[in-house]
Amino acid sequence: MEPLDDLTCTACAGNRVHEKQLRRPAWMYVLAAVAGVVLWWLVYGKLRWLAALLTYSLFRIPAGTSLGSSVEFFLYDTPKVMMLLLIVVYGVGIIRSFFTPERTRDMLSGKSELFGNVLAALLGIVTPFCSCSAVPLFIGFVTAGVPLGVTFSFLISAPMVNEIALALLYGLLGWKVAALYLVTGLLIAIISGWVIGRLHMEKHIEDWVMQIRAGAASGQDETLTWHDRFVYGWDAVKDIIGRVWKYVIIGIAVGAGIHGFVPEGLMASIMGKGDWWSVPLATIVGVPMYSNAAGIIPVVEALLGKGAALGTVLAFMMSVIALSLPEMIILRKVLKPRMIQVFVGVVGGGILLVGYLFNMII
Amino acid sequence: MEIKVLGPGCAKCKKAEALVKEVVSETGIAADVQKVTDLMEIAGYGVFATPAVVVDGEVKCSGKVPKKDEIKKWITK
Repeated sequence: MEPLDDLTCTACAGNRVHEKQLRRPAWMYVLAAVAGVVLWWLVYGKLRWLAALLTYSLFRIPAGTSLGSSVEFFLYDTPKVMMLLLIVVYGVGIIRSFFTPERTRDMLSGKSELFGNVLAALLGIVTPFCSCSAVPLFIGFVTAGVPLGVTFSFLISAPMVNEIALALLYGLLGWKVAALYLVTGLLIAIISGWVIGRLHMEKHIEDWVMQIRAGAASGQDETLTWHDRFVYGWDAVKDIIGRVWKYVIIGIAVGAGIHGFVPEGLMASIMGKGDWWSVPLATIVGVPMYSNAAGIIPVVEALLGKGAALGTVLAFMMSVIALSLPEMIILRKVLKPRMIQVFVGVVGGGILLVGYLFNMII
Repeated sequence: MEIKVLGPGCAKCKKAEALVKEVVSETGIAADVQKVTDLMEIAGYGVFATPAVVVDGEVKCSGKVPKKDEIKKWITK
């Protein structure tokens, strides 16, 4: 993967001349970024040709066979997904360097409910968030006066609508599906948070949470230079791709198997739009499964190719990502069981609606 | 000197703890490094995102694994 090497070089060079580069003017970064993107685009455009070349000319697998179709699928999708992840994670990483959870909290505290829900869901996309800090973040938000429903909008949107999911959906299923996912994911986060806010469930937060007087803010409000932001973006690439590449490859391998060997239309009978129970079933099956977007989307692509209905598949995917058992166990420490039930009920309801809606219109 | 690494136990938190210990032993500073996993205590520091590093009661960073030279700066002052 040449472009990976290329971008690595920019970043390594940055590390080596760390001290000097701190003062470089912004236009040089813009120039480097443009050059990187152009090169990326040139290589990206050649991937399909390269996969076919490798499969049929180098490995000499006869065209038109199941094996050939599986191998080509794998050789095309793997570098494609990796390249998409690279550029999107890098770009979003740079954007994220402008946001911190503290800043997000300050923007959200004291906001009116509906507007706060919308803002929280949008900030969920760009605020750096890892589900293991869901609890401290929850406490920080609620004790700082962010309304409970608004906090939930953030907590729902942050893991579900993220750059990894969107990059993969765009690359494998096209911009329409990615846009649908973005819009419906945000709507679920906004509406679920709003409903939870309306239900006034403050007394279902564990008592100890409200007694905490959050201490002084953390002392990291230093301003970052452009150099720092690019380093931050590159760190995000190393961190995220380092974590997800295994899932991506496994996901694509499973997808490639389905692509080559599962007969056309088989999925239509299991995950098609004909039966009313397919959407709820897909949602329920998704809950105990804990995967990230990177692993699940290549499988989703293959399922769709074999006739599964988009709504059913989207419901399955959202359920896997947004309603995960481990996260509920973590949240149980700050929320009483009743509140967890409502959370699952409201978000699950939203996912079901999305599933039925897409099965109906597409 | 008292250093606390705050984190419920995810991969990044472990990495942060290991790095802090590494820097402490490299610099030879007498410091007591503790891992704090209790959520109430973490929240009490006003920390939103883990891992976080607290040196002598002062929150130095949160929400990321610090770099080694950053840690060095905090503890050698």
